[in-house]
Amino acid sequence: MTFLTLYCRVNAVCGKQRTMTAEASVVEVMLESDLGNVEVAEGMVQRVCVSAGFDEEEQHRIGMAVHESMINAIMHGNKNDRRKHVRLRFLVYPDRLEIRVRDEGPGFDAEKVPNPLESENLLKVSGRGIFLIRSFMDDFRVERIPGVGTEVTLVKRINSKADFNQGGMDREHEGHNAGS
Amino acid sequence: MSMKATTREVNGVIVIDISGRITLGEGCSQLRELIRGLLAKGHKNLLLNLTDVTYIDSSGIGELVSGFTAVSNQGGQMKLLNLTKKVKDLLQITKLLTVFDVHDDEAKAIASFQKSANA
Repeated sequence: MTFLTLYCRVNAVCGKQRTMTAEASVVEVMLESDLGNVEVAEGMVQRVCVSAGFDEEEQHRIGMAVHESMINAIMHGNKNDRRKHVRLRFLVYPDRLEIRVRDEGPGFDAEKVPNPLESENLLKVSGRGIFLIRSFMDDFRVERIPGVGTEVTLVKRINSKADFNQGGMDREHEGHNAGS
Repeated sequence: MSMKATTREVNGVIVIDISGRITLGEGCSQLRELIRGLLAKGHKNLLLNLTDVTYIDSSGIGELVSGFTAVSNQGGQMKLLNLTKKVKDLLQITKLLTVFDVHDDEAKAIASFQKSANA
């Protein structure tokens, strides 16, 4: 296996590296907790999606899932503290793209996030980010890493054309049922 | 591309032509201030033309909801015009197509305000 084939700096706030293993091509970047870096992440995810063969519609959905995850990590995880960082990791496997977003916050229980489709939540101003991530991706997991922070993993199958609409709603309901 | 918005009045309805991104930060703030400013001047019938909106995130959706609620609370109406497929998909999966009055034709949209007022 060959590790670390590329290393560079982006605007002195992040380090980016590309690693190729026998299983996955890995791109990783450390970003300062600055909302301006959400656009940096969007640029990266688009390039990764193109190289993984996703069409324009899927690129948009995956990009939006990363956009929402980055905002959650910077604002809710790291509380906009620029001394804290967000690690963004793309792992391109032959059959799937895995995106891991790690912040330095205490984490959250995804199953306790209110369902924005419920009538009492429909006109709320916030609370749709996690729902959109679930709707646009094939899998979504949250892991608390003691002493480190919280990592969310977003998975999109390559060559899958899942019905994002129905899939997202199903997973949302499952989550709430499990939590109730 | 950040958000840009211009306004024009058609038969008593303020049409807001929006382009660019309605996202957390500047885009959402601009839209909020614009709608609140129009309400403060007594304009209660607003039609948001989203033809050239390239991207809306969850905060942008929240801002549309916030504007809708603020206008409704003042006894007015806020409607949407010319959604792109991406924006329409977002409003569909968040069930907000059941909340917003959405139009594809500006003249018919303007006329719908009159019908509502006469109803």
